[in-house]
Amino acid sequence: MGDAKEPEPAASSEAVGSEERLAGILESVLFAAGEPVSLRRLVEILGGPPAAQVRAALMRLAARYAAPERGIRLEEVAGGYQLRTARENAEWVRALFRDRPRRMGRAALETLAIIAYRQPVTRAEIEAIRGVDAEAVLAGLLQRDLIRVCGRKETVGRPLLYGTTERFLELFGLPDLNALPALREIAEGASGNAAAAEGASAGGETADSAAENSQCGGDRLAAGSRATDPGGEGAGEPAHGDGARGQGGPVS
Amino acid sequence: MGAEHEGLEGGPGERNQPSGGEALAEAQVRPRVRLEVFEGPLDLLLHLIKKHELDITDIPIAAITEQYLAYLDLMRELNLDIAGEFLVMAATLLLIKSQTLLPEEARTDEEDEGEDLRADLVRRLLEYERYREAAAALAERPLLFRDVFARDPAWDPELVGVEELPWLRVSLWELLEALRRVLARAREVPLQEVSRERVSVRDRVRFVLDRLSGAGRLDFEELFPQRATRLEIIVTFLAILELARLRAVRIVQEAPWGPIAVRLEVEDPSAVRFEELDEYEACDAGGSNDGGRERT
Repeated sequence: MGDAKEPEPAASSEAVGSEERLAGILESVLFAAGEPVSLRRLVEILGGPPAAQVRAALMRLAARYAAPERGIRLEEVAGGYQLRTARENAEWVRALFRDRPRRMGRAALETLAIIAYRQPVTRAEIEAIRGVDAEAVLAGLLQRDLIRVCGRKETVGRPLLYGTTERFLELFGLPDLNALPALREIAEGASGNAAAAEGASAGGETADSAAENSQCGGDRLAAGSRATDPGGEGAGEPAHGDGARGQGGPVS
Repeated sequence: MGAEHEGLEGGPGERNQPSGGEALAEAQVRPRVRLEVFEGPLDLLLHLIKKHELDITDIPIAAITEQYLAYLDLMRELNLDIAGEFLVMAATLLLIKSQTLLPEEARTDEEDEGEDLRADLVRRLLEYERYREAAAALAERPLLFRDVFARDPAWDPELVGVEELPWLRVSLWELLEALRRVLARAREVPLQEVSRERVSVRDRVRFVLDRLSGAGRLDFEELFPQRATRLEIIVTFLAILELARLRAVRIVQEAPWGPIAVRLEVEDPSAVRFEELDEYEACDAGGSNDGGRERT
Protein backbone atom coordinates (compact mmCIF):
# COMPACT_ATOMS: atom_id res chain seq x y z
CA MET A 1 0.00 0.00 0.00
CA GLY A 2 2.13 2.84 -1.19
CA ASP A 3 1.01 5.99 0.46
CA ALA A 4 1.81 8.89 -1.77
CA LYS A 5 0.47 11.88 0.02
CA GLU A 6 1.54 11.44 3.59
CA PRO A 7 3.17 14.31 5.45
CA GLU A 8 6.95 14.53 5.35
CA PRO A 9 8.71 12.70 8.13
CA ALA A 10 8.37 14.92 11.14
CA ALA A 11 10.09 15.06 14.47
CA SER A 12 6.80 15.15 16.27
CA SER A 13 6.82 11.60 17.53
CA GLU A 14 7.47 12.62 21.13
CA ALA A 15 3.85 11.96 22.05
CA VAL A 16 4.25 8.27 21.47
CA GLY A 17 7.93 8.11 22.19
CA SER A 18 10.24 5.57 20.68
CA GLU A 19 9.70 3.18 17.80
CA GLU A 20 9.35 0.44 20.35
CA ARG A 21 6.64 2.29 22.14
CA LEU A 22 4.89 2.99 18.86
CA ALA A 23 4.81 -0.70 17.99
CA GLY A 24 3.35 -1.45 21.41
CA ILE A 25 0.62 1.12 21.00
CA LEU A 26 -0.28 -0.20 17.59
CA GLU A 27 -0.44 -3.69 19.01
CA SER A 28 -2.91 -2.53 21.68
CA VAL A 29 -5.04 -0.66 19.17
CA LEU A 30 -5.19 -3.53 16.72
CA PHE A 31 -5.95 -6.03 19.45
CA ALA A 32 -8.81 -3.92 20.74
CA ALA A 33 -10.18 -3.22 17.27
CA GLY A 34 -10.39 -6.81 16.12
CA GLU A 35 -11.33 -5.71 12.64
CA PRO A 36 -8.85 -4.42 10.07
CA VAL A 37 -7.78 -0.84 10.71
CA SER A 38 -6.46 1.25 7.86
CA LEU A 39 -3.13 2.96 7.98
CA ARG A 40 -4.89 6.30 7.63
CA ARG A 41 -6.98 5.63 10.68
CA LEU A 42 -3.97 4.50 12.69
CA VAL A 43 -2.12 7.67 11.82
CA GLU A 44 -5.16 9.64 12.89
CA ILE A 45 -5.40 7.81 16.19
CA LEU A 46 -1.75 8.27 17.00
CA GLY A 47 -1.98 11.91 16.15
CA GLY A 48 1.66 12.63 15.58
CA PRO A 49 4.00 10.25 13.90
CA PRO A 50 3.88 10.38 10.11
CA ALA A 51 2.45 7.53 8.12
CA ALA A 52 5.87 6.28 7.09
CA GLN A 53 6.88 5.89 10.69
CA VAL A 54 3.63 4.18 11.62
CA ARG A 55 4.08 1.85 8.72
CA ALA A 56 7.60 1.05 9.77
CA ALA A 57 6.35 0.27 13.25
CA LEU A 58 3.66 -2.00 11.80
CA MET A 59 6.31 -3.84 9.83
CA ARG A 60 8.38 -4.24 12.96
CA LEU A 61 5.37 -5.60 14.80
CA ALA A 62 4.51 -7.94 11.94
CA ALA A 63 8.06 -9.26 11.87
CA ARG A 64 7.91 -9.95 15.57
CA TYR A 65 4.66 -11.85 15.17
CA ALA A 66 6.09 -13.85 12.32
CA ALA A 67 8.31 -15.76 14.71
CA PRO A 68 7.42 -19.46 14.67
CA GLU A 69 6.61 -19.64 18.36
CA ARG A 70 3.93 -16.96 18.11
CA GLY A 71 0.28 -17.80 17.59
CA ILE A 72 -0.83 -14.44 16.28
CA ARG A 73 -0.03 -12.84 12.95
CA LEU A 74 -0.35 -9.28 11.82
CA GLU A 75 -1.91 -9.41 8.37
CA GLU A 76 -2.77 -6.86 5.76
CA VAL A 77 -6.36 -7.48 4.71
CA ALA A 78 -9.23 -5.51 3.23
CA GLY A 79 -7.25 -2.32 3.11
CA GLY A 80 -6.10 -2.43 6.71
CA TYR A 81 -4.13 -4.26 9.36
CA GLN A 82 -5.57 -6.99 11.48
CA LEU A 83 -4.40 -9.41 14.13
CA ARG A 84 -5.28 -12.97 13.21
CA THR A 85 -4.47 -16.38 14.58
CA ALA A 86 -1.79 -18.41 12.86
CA ARG A 87 -3.14 -20.74 10.22
CA GLU A 88 -1.27 -23.75 11.56
CA ASN A 89 -3.17 -23.46 14.82
CA ALA A 90 -6.59 -23.48 13.20
CA GLU A 91 -7.45 -26.92 14.53
CA TRP A 92 -7.21 -25.84 18.15
CA VAL A 93 -8.96 -22.53 17.70
CA ARG A 94 -11.74 -24.32 15.91
CA ALA A 95 -12.11 -26.66 18.85
CA LEU A 96 -12.84 -23.61 20.95
CA PHE A 97 -15.98 -22.99 18.95
CA ARG A 98 -18.63 -25.61 19.21
CA ASP A 99 -19.82 -25.67 15.65
CA ARG A 100 -18.07 -27.36 12.87
CA PRO A 101 -16.86 -24.82 10.41
CA ARG A 102 -19.22 -24.45 7.54
CA ARG A 103 -17.70 -24.98 4.19
CA MET A 104 -18.33 -22.85 1.25
CA GLY A 105 -20.14 -24.77 -1.45
CA ARG A 106 -18.70 -25.02 -4.90
CA ALA A 107 -21.50 -23.08 -6.56
CA ALA A 108 -21.01 -20.24 -4.10
CA LEU A 109 -17.26 -20.25 -4.56
CA GLU A 110 -17.48 -20.28 -8.33
CA THR A 111 -20.01 -17.49 -8.37
CA LEU A 112 -17.87 -15.49 -5.99
CA ALA A 113 -14.83 -16.03 -8.18
CA ILE A 114 -16.69 -14.87 -11.28
CA ILE A 115 -17.88 -11.75 -9.50
CA ALA A 116 -14.46 -11.04 -8.01
CA TYR A 117 -12.70 -11.19 -11.36
CA ARG A 118 -15.33 -9.65 -13.58
CA GLN A 119 -17.01 -7.11 -11.39
CA PRO A 120 -19.13 -5.24 -11.95
CA VAL A 121 -21.07 -8.10 -13.45
CA THR A 122 -24.71 -8.92 -14.04
CA ARG A 123 -26.53 -12.06 -13.07
CA ALA A 124 -26.96 -12.94 -16.75
CA GLU A 125 -23.20 -12.76 -17.26
CA ILE A 126 -22.60 -15.02 -14.28
CA GLU A 127 -25.17 -17.47 -15.56
CA ALA A 128 -23.63 -17.44 -18.99
CA ILE A 129 -20.36 -18.61 -17.51
CA ARG A 130 -21.66 -21.20 -15.05
CA GLY A 131 -24.44 -22.27 -17.36
CA VAL A 132 -26.95 -22.50 -14.55
CA ASP A 133 -29.36 -20.27 -12.67
CA ALA A 134 -27.59 -18.02 -10.17
CA GLU A 135 -30.47 -16.55 -8.25
CA ALA A 136 -30.29 -18.66 -5.10
CA VAL A 137 -26.53 -18.49 -4.87
CA LEU A 138 -26.52 -14.71 -5.33
CA ALA A 139 -29.11 -14.37 -2.61
CA GLY A 140 -26.92 -16.39 -0.24
CA LEU A 141 -23.84 -14.34 -1.02
CA LEU A 142 -25.74 -11.07 -0.64
CA GLN A 143 -27.12 -12.20 2.66
CA ARG A 144 -23.64 -12.95 3.88
CA ASP A 145 -22.43 -9.58 2.76
CA LEU A 146 -19.79 -11.09 0.51
CA ILE A 147 -21.18 -9.35 -2.56
CA ARG A 148 -23.30 -6.31 -3.09
CA VAL A 149 -25.33 -4.57 -5.70
CA CYS A 150 -23.25 -1.69 -6.91
CA GLY A 151 -25.39 -0.24 -9.63
CA ARG A 152 -27.26 -1.01 -12.79
CA LYS A 153 -25.91 -1.72 -16.19
CA GLU A 154 -27.03 0.76 -18.81
CA THR A 155 -28.44 -1.79 -21.19
CA VAL A 156 -31.88 -3.12 -21.91
CA GLY A 157 -33.66 -3.85 -18.68
CA ARG A 158 -30.97 -2.07 -16.66
CA PRO A 159 -29.91 -5.25 -14.86
CA LEU A 160 -28.29 -5.05 -11.44
CA LEU A 161 -24.54 -5.11 -11.26
CA TYR A 162 -22.79 -7.09 -8.57
CA GLY A 163 -19.42 -6.57 -6.98
CA THR A 164 -17.54 -8.01 -4.04
CA THR A 165 -17.47 -6.35 -0.65
CA GLU A 166 -14.73 -5.63 1.84
CA ARG A 167 -16.04 -8.63 3.73
CA PHE A 168 -15.05 -10.73 0.79
CA LEU A 169 -11.48 -9.43 0.99
CA GLU A 170 -11.43 -10.04 4.70
CA LEU A 171 -12.80 -13.54 4.41
CA PHE A 172 -10.15 -14.57 1.91
CA GLY A 173 -7.37 -12.61 3.57
CA LEU A 174 -6.76 -10.31 0.61
CA PRO A 175 -5.35 -6.80 1.05
CA ASP A 176 -7.28 -5.62 -2.01
CA LEU A 177 -8.65 -6.91 -5.29
CA ASN A 178 -5.31 -6.55 -6.99
CA ALA A 179 -4.03 -9.28 -4.73
CA LEU A 180 -6.28 -11.81 -6.43
CA PRO A 181 -4.13 -14.36 -8.19
CA ALA A 182 -4.12 -13.80 -11.93
CA LEU A 183 -6.82 -15.61 -13.83
CA ARG A 184 -5.38 -18.19 -16.16
CA GLU A 185 -5.30 -17.08 -19.74
CA ILE A 186 -7.04 -19.24 -22.25
CA ALA A 187 -4.21 -20.65 -24.31
CA GLU A 188 -4.21 -18.89 -27.63
CA GLY A 189 -3.06 -21.84 -29.64
CA ALA A 190 -5.38 -24.28 -27.94
CA SER A 191 -8.19 -23.59 -30.31
CA GLY A 192 -8.35 -20.85 -32.82
CA ASN A 193 -12.08 -21.18 -32.89
CA ALA A 194 -12.40 -20.93 -29.19
CA ALA A 195 -10.23 -17.88 -28.93
CA ALA A 196 -11.98 -16.20 -31.81
CA ALA A 197 -15.40 -16.95 -30.49
CA GLU A 198 -14.41 -15.58 -27.12
CA GLY A 199 -16.44 -12.54 -26.42
CA ALA A 200 -19.37 -13.76 -28.42
CA SER A 201 -21.83 -14.59 -25.69
CA ALA A 202 -20.51 -14.35 -22.17
CA GLY A 203 -17.71 -12.08 -23.15
CA GLY A 204 -19.88 -9.95 -25.35
CA GLU A 205 -21.71 -8.57 -22.42
CA THR A 206 -18.49 -7.74 -20.74
CA ALA A 207 -17.16 -5.92 -23.70
CA ASP A 208 -19.64 -3.12 -23.36
CA SER A 209 -19.77 -3.05 -19.62
CA ALA A 210 -17.53 -0.04 -19.77
CA ALA A 211 -20.84 1.73 -20.14
CA GLU A 212 -21.94 0.76 -16.67
CA ASN A 213 -22.43 3.25 -13.99
CA SER A 214 -19.43 4.68 -12.34
CA GLN A 215 -20.33 3.75 -8.82
CA CYS A 216 -19.23 0.22 -9.50
CA GLY A 217 -15.92 1.16 -10.94
CA GLY A 218 -15.16 3.42 -8.05
CA ASP A 219 -16.39 0.75 -5.77
CA ARG A 220 -14.09 -1.80 -7.12
CA LEU A 221 -11.07 0.29 -6.47
CA ALA A 222 -12.24 1.38 -3.09
CA ALA A 223 -13.09 -2.15 -2.16
CA GLY A 224 -9.78 -2.28 -0.39
CA SER A 225 -11.17 -0.34 2.50
CA ARG A 226 -13.38 -2.31 4.76
CA ALA A 227 -10.86 -1.26 7.29
CA THR A 228 -12.06 1.27 9.79
CA ASP A 229 -11.61 4.45 7.87
CA PRO A 230 -14.08 7.21 8.53
CA GLY A 231 -12.47 9.29 5.84
CA GLY A 232 -13.62 6.57 3.48
CA GLU A 233 -10.93 7.35 0.99
CA GLY A 234 -9.57 3.90 0.83
CA ALA A 235 -6.46 4.46 2.87
CA GLY A 236 -4.78 6.30 0.11
CA GLU A 237 -5.08 3.31 -2.14
CA PRO A 238 -3.85 4.37 -5.51
CA ALA A 239 -5.91 3.23 -8.44
CA HIS A 240 -3.23 0.85 -9.47
CA GLY A 241 -3.41 -2.24 -11.53
CA ASP A 242 -6.76 -1.50 -13.02
CA GLY A 243 -5.55 -2.48 -16.43
CA ALA A 244 -4.41 -5.79 -15.12
CA ARG A 245 -7.70 -6.91 -13.79
CA GLY A 246 -10.38 -4.64 -15.09
CA GLN A 247 -13.02 -6.10 -17.24
CA GLY A 248 -10.89 -5.30 -20.23
CA GLY A 249 -8.13 -7.42 -18.77
CA PRO A 250 -7.43 -11.08 -19.09
CA VAL A 251 -11.08 -11.85 -19.44
CA SER A 252 -11.70 -10.61 -22.91
CA MET B 1 -33.31 -23.29 -3.41
CA GLY B 2 -32.99 -24.67 0.04
CA ALA B 3 -30.75 -27.63 0.23
CA GLU B 4 -33.35 -30.07 1.24
CA HIS B 5 -36.66 -29.44 -0.32
CA GLU B 6 -38.85 -32.34 0.14
CA GLY B 7 -42.47 -32.44 -0.62
CA LEU B 8 -44.16 -33.20 -3.81
CA GLU B 9 -44.57 -29.89 -5.47
CA GLY B 10 -42.42 -30.98 -8.35
CA GLY B 11 -40.79 -28.28 -10.37
CA PRO B 12 -40.70 -28.33 -14.12
CA GLY B 13 -38.48 -30.69 -15.93
CA GLU B 14 -39.10 -33.90 -14.08
CA ARG B 15 -41.84 -36.08 -15.33
CA ASN B 16 -41.24 -39.69 -14.75
CA GLN B 17 -44.77 -40.65 -15.38
CA PRO B 18 -46.59 -40.58 -18.59
CA SER B 19 -49.49 -38.32 -17.82
CA GLY B 20 -52.69 -40.01 -16.85
CA GLY B 21 -53.78 -41.02 -13.39
CA GLU B 22 -51.52 -38.17 -12.42
CA ALA B 23 -51.71 -36.81 -8.93
CA LEU B 24 -52.20 -40.04 -7.09
CA ALA B 25 -49.84 -42.14 -9.12
CA GLU B 26 -47.20 -39.49 -8.95
CA ALA B 27 -47.52 -39.12 -5.23
CA GLN B 28 -46.94 -42.82 -4.87
CA VAL B 29 -43.98 -42.98 -7.12
CA ARG B 30 -42.17 -39.92 -6.00
CA PRO B 31 -39.77 -40.52 -3.17
CA ARG B 32 -39.47 -38.08 -0.35
CA VAL B 33 -35.81 -37.64 -0.90
CA ARG B 34 -35.11 -34.83 -3.25
CA LEU B 35 -31.82 -33.47 -4.21
CA GLU B 36 -31.43 -30.16 -5.86
CA VAL B 37 -28.78 -29.71 -8.43
CA PHE B 38 -26.59 -26.66 -8.11
CA GLU B 39 -24.21 -27.78 -10.78
CA GLY B 40 -25.00 -26.95 -14.34
CA PRO B 41 -24.61 -28.79 -17.63
CA LEU B 42 -21.16 -27.30 -18.20
CA ASP B 43 -20.11 -28.74 -14.88
CA LEU B 44 -21.29 -32.18 -15.94
CA LEU B 45 -19.49 -31.90 -19.27
CA LEU B 46 -16.25 -30.85 -17.59
CA HIS B 47 -16.63 -33.77 -15.23
CA LEU B 48 -16.94 -36.17 -18.16
CA ILE B 49 -14.04 -34.56 -19.98
CA LYS B 50 -11.79 -34.78 -16.93
CA LYS B 51 -12.81 -38.30 -16.14
CA HIS B 52 -11.88 -39.50 -19.58
CA GLU B 53 -8.86 -37.23 -19.75
CA LEU B 54 -10.05 -35.59 -22.90
CA ASP B 55 -8.92 -32.37 -24.48
CA ILE B 56 -11.63 -29.74 -24.20
CA THR B 57 -10.82 -28.39 -27.62
CA ASP B 58 -11.15 -31.80 -29.21
CA ILE B 59 -14.13 -33.48 -27.61
CA PRO B 60 -15.44 -36.67 -29.19
CA ILE B 61 -18.94 -35.31 -29.47
CA ALA B 62 -20.76 -38.57 -30.08
CA ALA B 63 -19.32 -40.31 -27.04
CA ILE B 64 -19.72 -37.32 -24.77
CA THR B 65 -23.31 -36.85 -25.88
CA GLU B 66 -24.11 -40.46 -25.03
CA GLN B 67 -22.64 -40.09 -21.60
CA TYR B 68 -24.30 -36.80 -20.99
CA LEU B 69 -27.70 -38.21 -21.88
CA ALA B 70 -27.12 -41.23 -19.69
CA TYR B 71 -26.52 -38.95 -16.71
CA LEU B 72 -29.60 -36.98 -17.58
CA ASP B 73 -31.68 -40.15 -17.65
CA LEU B 74 -30.33 -41.19 -14.31
CA MET B 75 -31.07 -37.78 -12.82
CA ARG B 76 -34.57 -37.99 -14.13
CA GLU B 77 -35.01 -41.43 -12.67
CA LEU B 78 -33.83 -40.19 -9.29
CA ASN B 79 -36.21 -37.28 -9.46
CA LEU B 80 -33.43 -34.75 -9.26
CA ASP B 81 -34.35 -31.23 -10.11
CA ILE B 82 -33.19 -30.95 -13.63
CA ALA B 83 -32.87 -27.38 -14.71
CA GLY B 84 -33.97 -26.41 -18.19
CA GLU B 85 -30.34 -25.64 -18.98
CA PHE B 86 -29.58 -29.35 -18.95
CA LEU B 87 -32.16 -29.96 -21.63
CA VAL B 88 -30.93 -27.07 -23.76
CA MET B 89 -27.44 -28.50 -23.57
CA ALA B 90 -28.72 -31.94 -24.51
CA ALA B 91 -30.37 -30.47 -27.60
CA THR B 92 -27.19 -28.59 -28.48
CA LEU B 93 -25.06 -31.71 -28.16
CA LEU B 94 -27.44 -33.72 -30.29
CA LEU B 95 -27.43 -31.03 -32.96
CA ILE B 96 -23.66 -30.85 -33.05
CA LYS B 97 -23.46 -34.61 -33.14
CA SER B 98 -25.95 -34.96 -35.98
CA GLN B 99 -24.12 -32.42 -38.10
CA THR B 100 -20.68 -33.79 -37.56
CA LEU B 101 -21.99 -37.07 -38.91
CA LEU B 102 -22.67 -35.52 -42.28
CA PRO B 103 -19.90 -35.69 -44.83
CA GLU B 104 -18.38 -32.29 -45.34
CA GLU B 105 -19.43 -31.84 -48.95
CA ALA B 106 -23.03 -32.59 -48.04
CA ARG B 107 -23.20 -29.76 -45.58
CA THR B 108 -24.98 -26.58 -46.40
CA ASP B 109 -24.34 -23.24 -44.82
CA GLU B 110 -26.99 -23.94 -42.30
CA GLU B 111 -25.27 -27.09 -41.30
CA ASP B 112 -22.07 -25.27 -40.65
CA GLU B 113 -23.98 -24.03 -37.71
CA GLY B 114 -22.93 -27.27 -36.08
CA GLU B 115 -19.32 -26.19 -36.28
CA ASP B 116 -20.21 -22.81 -34.79
CA LEU B 117 -22.14 -24.42 -31.99
CA ARG B 118 -19.22 -26.65 -31.28
CA ALA B 119 -16.76 -23.77 -31.21
CA ASP B 120 -19.08 -21.89 -28.93
CA LEU B 121 -19.37 -24.85 -26.60
CA VAL B 122 -15.60 -25.23 -26.45
CA ARG B 123 -15.24 -21.56 -25.66
CA ARG B 124 -17.79 -21.78 -22.88
CA LEU B 125 -16.12 -24.83 -21.39
CA LEU B 126 -12.72 -23.18 -21.41
CA GLU B 127 -14.13 -20.02 -19.92
CA TYR B 128 -15.96 -21.88 -17.18
CA GLU B 129 -12.94 -23.99 -16.43
CA ARG B 130 -10.77 -20.98 -15.61
CA TYR B 131 -13.30 -19.71 -13.15
CA ARG B 132 -13.52 -23.12 -11.58
CA GLU B 133 -9.77 -23.02 -11.14
CA ALA B 134 -9.99 -19.52 -9.73
CA ALA B 135 -12.62 -20.71 -7.27
CA ALA B 136 -10.42 -23.60 -6.22
CA ALA B 137 -7.53 -21.19 -5.67
CA LEU B 138 -9.75 -18.99 -3.52
CA ALA B 139 -10.76 -21.96 -1.43
CA GLU B 140 -7.08 -22.67 -0.77
CA ARG B 141 -6.55 -19.31 0.81
CA PRO B 142 -6.49 -18.97 4.60
CA LEU B 143 -10.18 -18.37 5.17
CA LEU B 144 -11.26 -16.26 8.10
CA PHE B 145 -12.99 -18.38 10.73
CA ARG B 146 -11.95 -21.55 8.99
CA ASP B 147 -8.15 -21.33 8.97
CA VAL B 148 -7.48 -18.09 10.75
CA PHE B 149 -9.44 -16.25 13.41
CA ALA B 150 -9.80 -12.67 14.40
CA ARG B 151 -11.56 -10.87 17.18
CA ASP B 152 -13.59 -8.93 14.68
CA PRO B 153 -16.84 -7.91 16.38
CA ALA B 154 -18.48 -7.30 13.01
CA TRP B 155 -18.21 -10.93 12.03
CA ASP B 156 -20.55 -13.70 12.69
CA PRO B 157 -18.64 -16.91 12.10
CA GLU B 158 -21.92 -18.42 11.01
CA LEU B 159 -21.78 -16.19 7.99
CA VAL B 160 -18.67 -17.75 6.61
CA GLY B 161 -20.05 -20.82 4.97
CA VAL B 162 -22.35 -20.75 2.02
CA GLU B 163 -23.08 -24.36 1.62
CA GLU B 164 -25.50 -25.79 -0.84
CA LEU B 165 -25.88 -29.33 0.37
CA PRO B 166 -24.11 -29.48 3.68
CA TRP B 167 -24.60 -33.21 3.96
CA LEU B 168 -23.09 -34.09 0.64
CA ARG B 169 -19.33 -34.19 0.72
CA VAL B 170 -18.75 -35.58 -2.67
CA SER B 171 -19.19 -34.39 -6.19
CA LEU B 172 -22.69 -35.11 -7.40
CA TRP B 173 -21.36 -36.44 -10.69
CA GLU B 174 -19.03 -38.87 -9.05
CA LEU B 175 -21.81 -40.07 -6.82
CA LEU B 176 -24.01 -40.65 -9.86
CA GLU B 177 -21.10 -42.34 -11.57
CA ALA B 178 -20.80 -44.75 -8.66
CA LEU B 179 -24.52 -45.39 -8.83
CA ARG B 180 -24.26 -46.17 -12.52
CA ARG B 181 -21.59 -48.75 -11.81
CA VAL B 182 -23.89 -50.45 -9.35
CA LEU B 183 -26.82 -50.25 -11.74
CA ALA B 184 -24.74 -51.87 -14.44
CA ARG B 185 -24.80 -55.09 -12.44
CA ALA B 186 -28.52 -54.93 -11.67
CA ARG B 187 -30.44 -58.16 -11.90
CA GLU B 188 -32.84 -58.35 -14.78
CA VAL B 189 -36.43 -58.71 -13.66
CA PRO B 190 -38.98 -60.46 -15.83
CA LEU B 191 -41.53 -57.97 -17.00
CA GLN B 192 -44.56 -59.46 -15.30
CA GLU B 193 -42.75 -59.37 -11.98
CA VAL B 194 -41.96 -55.69 -12.26
CA SER B 195 -45.43 -54.43 -11.68
CA ARG B 196 -45.64 -56.26 -8.39
CA GLU B 197 -42.25 -55.30 -7.11
CA ARG B 198 -42.48 -53.03 -4.14
CA VAL B 199 -39.59 -51.52 -2.32
CA SER B 200 -39.80 -48.89 0.33
CA VAL B 201 -37.21 -46.32 1.24
CA ARG B 202 -38.02 -47.09 4.85
CA ASP B 203 -36.95 -50.73 4.50
CA ARG B 204 -33.84 -49.72 2.67
CA VAL B 205 -32.91 -47.19 5.35
CA ARG B 206 -33.15 -49.99 7.88
CA PHE B 207 -31.06 -52.23 5.64
CA VAL B 208 -28.33 -49.63 5.14
CA LEU B 209 -28.18 -48.86 8.85
CA ASP B 210 -27.92 -52.55 9.68
CA ARG B 211 -25.02 -53.03 7.36
CA LEU B 212 -23.26 -49.96 8.63
CA SER B 213 -23.80 -50.61 12.30
CA GLY B 214 -21.42 -53.54 12.04
CA ALA B 215 -18.72 -51.98 9.92
CA GLY B 216 -19.06 -48.29 10.70
CA ARG B 217 -17.87 -47.50 7.23
CA LEU B 218 -18.41 -49.25 3.93
CA ASP B 219 -17.56 -48.60 0.34
CA PHE B 220 -20.54 -47.16 -1.46
CA GLU B 221 -20.89 -50.20 -3.69
CA GLU B 222 -20.89 -52.63 -0.79
CA LEU B 223 -24.12 -51.13 0.46
CA PHE B 224 -26.09 -52.64 -2.38
CA PRO B 225 -27.17 -56.26 -2.27
CA GLN B 226 -25.39 -58.39 -4.82
CA ARG B 227 -28.53 -59.61 -6.56
CA ALA B 228 -30.44 -56.37 -6.37
CA THR B 229 -32.82 -55.26 -9.05
CA ARG B 230 -32.62 -51.88 -10.62
CA LEU B 231 -35.45 -50.65 -8.45
CA GLU B 232 -33.84 -51.93 -5.28
CA ILE B 233 -30.64 -50.18 -6.19
CA ILE B 234 -32.35 -46.88 -6.87
CA VAL B 235 -34.31 -47.02 -3.66
CA THR B 236 -31.27 -48.01 -1.65
CA PHE B 237 -29.48 -45.04 -3.14
CA LEU B 238 -32.32 -42.75 -2.10
CA ALA B 239 -32.20 -44.27 1.37
CA ILE B 240 -28.50 -43.45 1.62
CA LEU B 241 -29.18 -39.88 0.55
CA GLU B 242 -31.96 -39.60 3.08
CA LEU B 243 -29.69 -40.88 5.83
CA ALA B 244 -27.05 -38.39 4.81
CA ARG B 245 -29.60 -35.62 4.93
CA LEU B 246 -30.60 -36.72 8.42
CA ARG B 247 -26.87 -36.67 9.23
CA ALA B 248 -26.97 -40.28 10.25
CA VAL B 249 -24.34 -41.11 7.66
CA ARG B 250 -21.83 -39.14 5.71
CA ILE B 251 -20.95 -39.75 2.09
CA VAL B 252 -17.28 -39.10 1.64
CA GLN B 253 -14.60 -39.33 -0.93
CA GLU B 254 -11.17 -39.21 0.56
CA ALA B 255 -9.23 -38.54 -2.59
CA PRO B 256 -10.16 -36.93 -5.88
CA TRP B 257 -11.51 -39.67 -8.14
CA GLY B 258 -11.09 -42.08 -5.25
CA PRO B 259 -13.71 -44.53 -4.09
CA ILE B 260 -16.80 -43.18 -2.37
CA ALA B 261 -17.51 -44.43 1.11
CA VAL B 262 -20.44 -44.13 3.46
CA ARG B 263 -19.67 -43.61 7.13
CA LEU B 264 -21.99 -44.02 10.05
CA GLU B 265 -22.20 -40.76 11.97
CA VAL B 266 -24.42 -41.71 14.89
CA GLU B 267 -23.72 -43.82 17.93
CA ASP B 268 -27.02 -45.60 17.96
CA PRO B 269 -28.43 -46.42 14.54
CA SER B 270 -31.73 -47.55 16.02
CA ALA B 271 -32.37 -44.04 17.24
CA VAL B 272 -32.43 -42.61 13.75
CA ARG B 273 -35.86 -41.24 13.01
CA PHE B 274 -37.17 -41.59 9.53
CA GLU B 275 -40.91 -41.89 9.87
CA GLU B 276 -41.96 -39.90 6.92
CA LEU B 277 -40.50 -41.91 4.13
CA ASP B 278 -42.82 -42.78 1.32
CA GLU B 279 -42.84 -45.93 -0.61
CA TYR B 280 -41.26 -45.98 -3.95
CA GLU B 281 -43.14 -48.21 -6.25
CA ALA B 282 -42.00 -50.30 -9.05
CA CYS B 283 -44.11 -49.00 -11.85
CA ASP B 284 -41.61 -46.56 -13.20
CA ALA B 285 -38.55 -48.64 -12.67
CA GLY B 286 -38.33 -49.40 -16.34
CA GLY B 287 -39.60 -46.30 -17.98
CA SER B 288 -37.35 -44.68 -20.47
CA ASN B 289 -34.34 -45.19 -18.33
CA ASP B 290 -33.42 -48.77 -18.85
CA GLY B 291 -32.51 -48.17 -22.43
CA GLY B 292 -29.16 -49.44 -23.50
CA ARG B 293 -27.28 -46.37 -22.47
CA GLU B 294 -24.71 -47.89 -20.26
CA ARG B 295 -21.20 -46.71 -20.62
CA THR B 296 -19.80 -46.00 -23.99
